[in-house]
Amino acid sequence: MIKSLLLGAAAGAIIASSAMAAEITVVSWGGAYTMSQVEAYHKPWIAKTGNTILSEDYSGGLAEVKSQVEAGNVTWDLVDVELSDAIRGCDEGLLEVIDPSILPAGADGTPALEDFLPGSITECAIPTIVWTTIFAYDTSKIANGPTTIGDFFDTSKFPGKRGMRKGPKSNLEMALAADGVAAADIYDVLGTPEGVDRAFAKLDTIKDDTVWWEAGAQPPQLLADGEVAMTTAYNGRIFNAVAAEDKPFAIVWDSQVYDLDLWVIPKGAPNKEAAMDFVAFSTATEQLAAQASYISYGPARKSSASLVGAYHTKPDLDMGPQMPTAPANFGTAIQNDFEFWADNQDELNERFNAWLAK
Amino acid sequence: MTDATTDTNDGMALAADGTPLKRRLAQALFRSKLRALGLVTPLLLLIFFAFLVPILVFLTRGIHNDTFEVHMPSVSVELGQWDTTSEPTEAMYAALAADLILAKETKTIGKVASRVNRELSGTRSLFTKSARKAKKLEAPFKESLVALNKKWGDIEVWKALTIASKSWTPAYLASAVDLKYNADGSFERKSEERRIHLKLFARTLEISVIVTVMGLLLGYPIAFLLSTLPARTSNLLLILVLLPFWTSLLVRTTAWIAMLQSQGVLNDLFVVFGLAADEDRFSLIYNKTGTLIAMTHILLPFMILPLYSVMKTIPPTYVRAAKSMGASDWTAFWRVYFPQSIPGIGAGGILVFILAISFYITPALVGGEDGTMISNFIDFHMRKSLNWSLAAAMGGVLLTIVLFLYYLYDKIVGIDNMKLG
Repeated sequence: MIKSLLLGAAAGAIIASSAMAAEITVVSWGGAYTMSQVEAYHKPWIAKTGNTILSEDYSGGLAEVKSQVEAGNVTWDLVDVELSDAIRGCDEGLLEVIDPSILPAGADGTPALEDFLPGSITECAIPTIVWTTIFAYDTSKIANGPTTIGDFFDTSKFPGKRGMRKGPKSNLEMALAADGVAAADIYDVLGTPEGVDRAFAKLDTIKDDTVWWEAGAQPPQLLADGEVAMTTAYNGRIFNAVAAEDKPFAIVWDSQVYDLDLWVIPKGAPNKEAAMDFVAFSTATEQLAAQASYISYGPARKSSASLVGAYHTKPDLDMGPQMPTAPANFGTAIQNDFEFWADNQDELNERFNAWLAK
Repeated sequence: MTDATTDTNDGMALAADGTPLKRRLAQALFRSKLRALGLVTPLLLLIFFAFLVPILVFLTRGIHNDTFEVHMPSVSVELGQWDTTSEPTEAMYAALAADLILAKETKTIGKVASRVNRELSGTRSLFTKSARKAKKLEAPFKESLVALNKKWGDIEVWKALTIASKSWTPAYLASAVDLKYNADGSFERKSEERRIHLKLFARTLEISVIVTVMGLLLGYPIAFLLSTLPARTSNLLLILVLLPFWTSLLVRTTAWIAMLQSQGVLNDLFVVFGLAADEDRFSLIYNKTGTLIAMTHILLPFMILPLYSVMKTIPPTYVRAAKSMGASDWTAFWRVYFPQSIPGIGAGGILVFILAISFYITPALVGGEDGTMISNFIDFHMRKSLNWSLAAAMGGVLLTIVLFLYYLYDKIVGIDNMKLG
């Protein structure tokens, strides 16, 4: 009797698990970043649930999600987006609402809602990492390197070309910081027409010396090729070039502009349930801490910080000081104000593009 | 026709069964035309449904955007009656409050907010924040809305709403040519620091013309050489022309980056030969020069192939005959050979020009800021800013320019005077 019950239970379990096995499509930014997610999130989740993951790359933005949802043919289950896109997509009804009660408590027992960085959990998105825009230079080419954002805009002190992202976001903030505006006042100043003029005037001083990049993989390449003397970049890309490719690059953390990356589920995703399960799994304390061994982006949970270890191939390279959120790096950090950008990006993009073409 | 009606029956050729031969011929031709039409029907249907219809549907987005009218129906009606100068009425505020609640419930407030924000920057959060608290609003709505956010008392906000509430609108087309469409229906030029599109259209045309001319200058001698060499050698050379053609566009563009960048092959050679100082190398890429070089190379096969196929048909005896009658080499070429190669120039030129005008991957990668073209901005509004209506309007303007140039070409050169092979 007992034996047959056990058999029945086993058979039931097998049926249940085979019915559960789903393939979800997870879309992220590619390169070293996707690799870190595959190692820290995908592999353990596949091993735990028996589901499979199809990993795709994209270059950011909501265009694909919008066209999939509007055409009623959604193929993506989970997308890694920036905060401003998460808010915008949610407002426009392109994303599924994610109930934060599915999130596990922190490893130290802190409830999930208190464990994540304040205000980082939004209606449709769960954060994974803090990433930041910094500027970097090649130590083999500049001996006494730059230390402040002012040096980046000072081509007489540090001659040579500059690399900057082709867009107003984070460039205007850095320009104002270099012009002497305190981190806390940046968006107040940028909210006025005079402030915008001031930021563009500062950008004008290096416009002729600037190479504009668009994809995150470009800045390390520009530096390595000697195409620019210093460039703004995403900190993880520069770290990866240093740690994995032994490039002599150094990061200047002054006036870094930081932002979040979050998971969102497009409305009508084919494997919504499995995707939700993956979100809860991948944003647990251990997974976020594990990811930090592969790339230098800060975990979005406070409880992960103490678990962050060394770089996965270099046991003596401690990841803690490489995090944007490390106290030594975070002093003058500027938090990207998604509301400011949601309100003003159309106008500032237009002005920036016209300024570029001038 | 007039001949047939005035002639007597005797004068007309008749078929075996007595019907006029002309009619029989027309019948036979009609049947064979019908058969031919049947054969191409699948292709025509494909072109119609997979090409023309989507393009037309998308182009209408450039003049039609009903986001606001659909999701904020009551206030749209009120705005339709407003004269855009007097104080907004209580009825307008009440309708707005009702619509805000509706849009919040249907989760469409973000779409509405994005739409209005394109007309007046900074109104996005005004909408999303107000919608969150809309349920608490009470009559009189004017006071309670202004108390919620004083921007609701600003007449400029209401003007922006009026523009957004018109589903059929010339606003996007106006924006595509650097004009601003006002709530009262007038147009004015955009402020100096926001004008960009006209400049880009002009630059796009300029780059396309230069690429076409450079392609012709480089391609003509090559095509001439190919058509005059013995078949064995020319086939080998033709493969060299086609080889880059078979390589991915992206790979060829990236190869140019390696060649032209300041630490690249070409600049290294310049430094070695003393043509440039090591610390002052040429900027050959991430600017217009880079775009021109890479695009000319990429489009060169499209120039060479039509030229080659036309030159192949020019009998060499003509030039020999001209020379035997005393023409110099130049005269024989210019008066005899060149005129016969014009159909090839026409075909290659228009092919390269039309491809060049819509190029976007290459300028995006090597164009820097002064080498980007209008298609890069259409791409920008499609993928980044999600302003599909403006993208459609810009695409419409570009299409109109191309069609107009095509019409000019037909008038001046004649489209029949073109040969693709």
